[in-house]
Formats: sequence, structure tokens, C-alpha cells
Amino acid sequence: MSEAILECKGLSKCFGPNAALHDLSISLPAGKIIGLLGPNGSGKTTLIKLACGLLTPTEGEIRVCGYKPGIESKALVSYLPERTYLPDWMTVLECIEFFQDFYSDFDIDRATSMLQSLQVPANARMKTLSKGTKEKVQLVLVMSRHAKLYLLDEPIGGVDPAARDYILGTILKNYCEDSTVLISTHLIADVEKILDEFMFIQNGQLVSYASTDSLREDLGKSIDQYFREVFRC
Amino acid sequence: MAWEFSNERPIYVQVSDQIVSGILTGTFKMGEKLPSVREFAIIAAVNPNTVQRALSELESVGLIETQRNTGKYVTQEGSKIEMARKERGELLATEFLKSMAALGYTSEQTIHLLEEARSGEGSSDERSDT
Repeated sequence: MSEAILECKGLSKCFGPNAALHDLSISLPAGKIIGLLGPNGSGKTTLIKLACGLLTPTEGEIRVCGYKPGIESKALVSYLPERTYLPDWMTVLECIEFFQDFYSDFDIDRATSMLQSLQVPANARMKTLSKGTKEKVQLVLVMSRHAKLYLLDEPIGGVDPAARDYILGTILKNYCEDSTVLISTHLIADVEKILDEFMFIQNGQLVSYASTDSLREDLGKSIDQYFREVFRC
Repeated sequence: MAWEFSNERPIYVQVSDQIVSGILTGTFKMGEKLPSVREFAIIAAVNPNTVQRALSELESVGLIETQRNTGKYVTQEGSKIEMARKERGELLATEFLKSMAALGYTSEQTIHLLEEARSGEGSSDERSDT
């Protein structure tokens, strides 16, 4: 149980001369909802992609539940990318079946009931859906897995405030005590009350990692206020 | 409906405050079963760990009790609830006096205003800030 869900040691990733992540070390525990926050271009997406094995580190290592990114880790990680990758000729229902084929931890009942409450038409083709609705479908698929680590890259960016509340509720309802949810977002005020902990990164380095309530206790500030202070332009 | 939270104070403190309010105003009645941690988390739209922490605070002051295997209940001891009510009342009173003082009222003037308001003579409304 005490084993870290996500562990980075001296993790660096360079794209040509530019370091997207530089010597990042962090260990994220199980059972938490953690915000991955930072200004644009700070390395949030790079970190998430490294954890998924979509990128390989230039230096250092990253482990998910003790595994290097690979077949074992991918079975444990449920990843919501920035952009949807679902083929636009598929219907929503076909996407669900696609996920069920792919992942043994996929919970089809959960997916269908969530899509119903979000009023997503199951027989519509992906290309007929609005941007926000596509994002909802993708998120439903991702949250319907019983994964150890959920990596959500900007999960609420494109959806309306009411759906945002529903999605945050969905995250609360579905995550379990031995899994961890890492959420990258700019909409800090919207997510902060569901976060246990948050990490700030900037220029590929860790700026701070703390618990939400300890920030309020020690500084009397919300994460949103603190973010604006730390990253003032 | 998600609960509203202010920025300055830890969320778990605000969650426990709201649950205490619920107990004092009768939303959660004496001896009644409380929603589970997860239900509270979804009602309030906060992290379950935050709810857990809020509930253990309330448990440590005796306002709620855990019954094995069945969940958490509001205490059956009226004295505990009365104590919480008194505490909350005193806090509101002190805060009210402070905001009145900030407006330039002495305690006596404030009390006078309150009496006026009660007898319906006062034309000025009470300030409703916190």
C-alpha cells in the first residue's frame, strides 16, 4: 500500500535543445486526487506522456506502481489525452465496445449509465458530436476503467460549467481508495476543492508539492490565489 | 447542489462547519444516521479524504459517533449539541460586534440598535455581512 503509484527520479526530457522536463523527482502516493498545475509550456503534458510511455525519458526514470512504462504499466494507467483520438466514423456505442475489447478493467455498465446522465446519444457518430460532447465521451471511457492511476490532461477545458460539475462528481464517485488521479488543468478554482494535493511545475521543474488544506492552514490562501502569486507574469 | 467554500480557510474546516450547521438547524437530527463519506463528498463536491477529516474532527468533539459496520450517527447527547450551539452563537455574536465596531458603533449603541430592530422601530436594516 505504501508503494508509490507514480515515481520519478531525476526525470528529464529534452526536445532538441529545449528541456521540457529537467531533473524532476517526485513520488505520488495512492488514494489521492492530485492537481498537476503550471503555466503554459511548463511540462505538464510531457510528464503525463512520459508516464504513459508515449515518450521516453532523455534521462532519469519514471515508474508506475513499480513498473517502467510498458505492457504492465499500461494496464494500470487510464489516460485522457489533450485531444481525442477516437476515430470519427465510429459511433459512441462502438467506442464503448472498442474500449471493452482493449481493457479488461473496463466497466461497461458504468460507461453506459454515465453517458445516459450526460445525455450523449449512443448511436451518434463521433464526427457529428460537438467538441464538448466528444470530450465527455472520451472522459467517460477513461473513467469507466478500474485503473490504479488516472492521468487526466485538461479534462474539463472544453465543457460547460454544468457538465464540469458532473465530471468532477464522476471523478469523485469513481475513484477508489487505492488509485490515484492526476489532473492537469488551468481551471484551478473549479477543481481545487476536490484535490488532496497539488504540484506546481514550471520550466520542467518542481516548484512546490503540498496538500491543499495545509496551504490554506499555513498561508490562508487557495491554490488559485497561490498560483497567481507564484506565476505572476 | 455543491457547497460554497471561501478561499482562506481549509476546506475540511468549512465542511465540518457546514455539517455542524446541519445538525444545529435540524437537517441532521439527533441520533440520525449521516450520509456516508462518499455521499457527503458528492453532495458537497469535495474530496472524500476531506470529508473523512471533517468527520473525524466532529467525532473527536463528540458531535457524531461511529457505530460499527453501520456508519456515522449524530450524537444522542443533547448537551453536546447545545454546547456546539452555544459556541456557534458566541462566535456569531463576537463577529457581529467586531463588524459593528469597524463601522464605528460602540457595544452599547449596537445593543441599542438590536433592540430597536427587534421592536420593529428601527428603519435601518441590519448589515448582513459576516
